[in-house]
Amino acid sequence: MRHILSILVENEAGALSRVAGLFSARGYNIETLTVAPTEDATMSRMTIVTTGSDEVVEQITKQLNKLVDVVKVVDLSEGKHIERELMLVKVRASGKDREEMKRTADIFRGRIIDVTDKSYTIELTGTTEKLDAFLEALDRAAILETVRTGVSGIGRGEWVLKA
Amino acid sequence: MELQLPPMTETGETLTGAEVVIRSLVAEGVEHIFGYPGGAVLFIYDALAQQDKLKHILVRHEQGALHAADGYARATGKCGVALVTSGPGVTNAVTGIATAYMDSIPMVIISGQVPTRAIGEDAFQECDTVGITRPCVKHNFLVKDVNDLAVTIKKAFYVATTGRPGPVLVDVPKDVSMHTTRFHYPDKIHMRSYNPVVKGHAGQIKKAVQLLLHAQRPMVYAGGGAILGNASAEVADLVRLLGFPVTNTLMGLGAYPATDKQFVGMLGMHGTFEANMAMQNCDVLIAIGARFDDRVIGNPAHFSEGNPTRKIIHIDVDPSSISKRVKVDVPIVGHVKDVLHDLLALVRGTRERPEPAALAAWWSQIEAWRAKDCLKYNRKSDLIKPQYVVEKLWEITKGDAFITSDVGQHQMWAAQYYKFDKPRRWINSGGLGTMGVGLPYAMGVKLAFPDADVACITGESSIQMCIQELSTCKQYRLPVKVVNLNNRYMGMVRQWQEFFHGNRYSESYMDALPDFVKLAEAYGHVGMRVDKPGDVEGALREAFKLKDRLVFLDIITDQTENVFPMVPGGKGISEMILSEEL
Ligand SMILES: Cc1cc2nc3c(=O)[nH]c(=O)nc-3n(C[C@H](O)[C@H](O)[C@H](O)COP(=O)(O)OP(=O)(O)OC[C@H]3O[C@@H](n4cnc5c(N)ncnc54)[C@H](O)[C@@H]3O)c2cc1C
Ligand SMILES: Cc1ncc(C[n+]2csc(CCOP(=O)(O)OP(=O)(O)O)c2C)c(N)n1
Ligand SMILES: [Mg+2]
Repeated sequence: MRHILSILVENEAGALSRVAGLFSARGYNIETLTVAPTEDATMSRMTIVTTGSDEVVEQITKQLNKLVDVVKVVDLSEGKHIERELMLVKVRASGKDREEMKRTADIFRGRIIDVTDKSYTIELTGTTEKLDAFLEALDRAAILETVRTGVSGIGRGEWVLKA
Repeated sequence: MELQLPPMTETGETLTGAEVVIRSLVAEGVEHIFGYPGGAVLFIYDALAQQDKLKHILVRHEQGALHAADGYARATGKCGVALVTSGPGVTNAVTGIATAYMDSIPMVIISGQVPTRAIGEDAFQECDTVGITRPCVKHNFLVKDVNDLAVTIKKAFYVATTGRPGPVLVDVPKDVSMHTTRFHYPDKIHMRSYNPVVKGHAGQIKKAVQLLLHAQRPMVYAGGGAILGNASAEVADLVRLLGFPVTNTLMGLGAYPATDKQFVGMLGMHGTFEANMAMQNCDVLIAIGARFDDRVIGNPAHFSEGNPTRKIIHIDVDPSSISKRVKVDVPIVGHVKDVLHDLLALVRGTRERPEPAALAAWWSQIEAWRAKDCLKYNRKSDLIKPQYVVEKLWEITKGDAFITSDVGQHQMWAAQYYKFDKPRRWINSGGLGTMGVGLPYAMGVKLAFPDADVACITGESSIQMCIQELSTCKQYRLPVKVVNLNNRYMGMVRQWQEFFHGNRYSESYMDALPDFVKLAEAYGHVGMRVDKPGDVEGALREAFKLKDRLVFLDIITDQTENVFPMVPGGKGISEMILSEEL
């Protein structure tokens, strides 16, 4: 099962390696990991997408909570939440494919943010599935380069993750 | 500007970082510190020399410093403290840190680091201490500013000693130890990201009591947490109040008196037949500060599926210990002492008791298992049986000594045959299983309890891993007794090779052994060699009579002896190999 963990950590040097080290030391998966400071500069927020049985994810949560730099952990997938990922894709866009590429980007609400006469760089935000679907929709040979941020997640409604 | 300071034990003096380290340790009540100097800690050693509150014990290898501090902590319940230099000082310390970490021992390690401006430049004796130790500490800190030093040390002690205890390392760059600051040592500390639970959930405790009161085949399984949490009195109250059988893990020995008839022995891979059978067949199990280790319950599927209706109550301060290997029915997160206190209040508050007939039937089953006498060994042999040595040691010390051990067969025999009636008397490495701990453990214990009998039960292989500490024992007059069960083999390895590798004793024979008697003498101690069963008792008595001398007893034992019972790897705990003597 796929789980999205939101983690508030002290903004200390080494906090990221403690979290990443925990996953590798105990053999847990990390599919994606994002981290940046929050509105409170003393804390950073991470989103980790992981997979595992319920027992494994329960252990992951407990082990994360045990890290002294970790302030709070929630499993967003336990409730209603929103997740988004940003992707930048550089694609071949020349000749008759150029128009087609723009149309596909439009359908997915992608934005073309850099242009040469042979290529487009497209910015796309959405769920992981949406980004995957966009890549599926493209001709494989047209994809020159992709870069994705990994998932960021937040709970729906008025509930907030606080220290 | 008016500065509002929180209440603190402050002197407000201007001190160097090095002095801050010393004064902070003193403020924490530290009396002994184990260490080894080097370039990065020279200022700290300089400050050490200019005070007399803190006694420094100079070991002969940093690993020895860590183990000695660890042994000191295990025996006293206080936080052990070690001081090492950067680079090789730290890497030598890692085994000791990892050993303490695996057994949840409270320790603070102060390590020197290269100056802050040199960090990352592959400076002389630089290593990424925080990185190297991260997976084997409860937490660690790199202090980059002398103004943060005192508060960081405060945090280190707080984290090390609360919740599930563990080692915490504070890395101090040389320039930080040299710079000056106003010294304030905080009385209290709050960390928003660290709040260990103490009190157990009342509803869960109520549920646990209901299960216990309706048990037909109850079992109490107490581990290292009962020792670490100083809860042996509460464990005993519970066991006696309800008339239940009780077992202790290797780490829990002494949590319940081993000579009491409700004690069924240690459980696990080398546990007693009756303890393992009761563990497997009980209907209500209460685990108290024990973590269902693989050496304890064997194959977890066999344990669970072999008795699917067994209900399990688990008290542990660390939620991640609960339902890690075995799913439990009533988890109770909290400090074992607090939880048991609340639980006992409920038991005392009701007249309800478990059904006497059922309990009597369970006890008669247990007695039948016990009658197998699984620890029986050949007492008629011409060779010295290691079990006999431990039994005699127990007799001669009236069961009241501190016993440290190394790792191997001798460790198991010590655990099985020395009947520990008190907590913190049995000092050994369970989780990491580190050969070499025995002698430095004994040093740490003897420093803390100079008048007590302290014996290190070791093997000829293990003792050689920290033998250099004989010199430390000489310098600080630590008259411990080393009981070397010399079987000329890495016996535990040999046993596995005999059972599971077709008797091929690959590299487990200890050739070219030193003459331990001469070796002891070379270090300025007394050495004795014993090779006849009839001489064991006399030699032990003589050794303990030499109150102020370290005596190294080299006891030549039967090299074919094996540890029984034994649960082979991957098997269930009721699937024991028993001694041929039975
Ligand atoms: C050669 C060899 C053979 C071994 N054979 C055996 C064997 O036959 N039987 C055996 O039992 N072991 C054996 N061991 C030891 C084994 O490897 C484990 O170290 C040991 O079983 C763990 O003991 P424990 O479950 O009591 O947990 P510990 O490692 O002592 O852990 C303590 C638990 O208590 C919790 N705790 C700590 N403080 C508190 C508190 N204040 N309140 C509540 N909870 C707290 C901790 O979170 C942790 O979960 C062997 C080791 C070696 C080296
Ligand atoms: C540092 C370390 N290295 C290797 C081992 C693996 N090991 C476990 S027991 C053992 C043999 C110990 O031999 P000895 O000290 O003579 O004790 P005996 O089993 O003979 O009583 C070894 C090598 C270990 N536990 N620790
Ligand atoms: Mg041996």
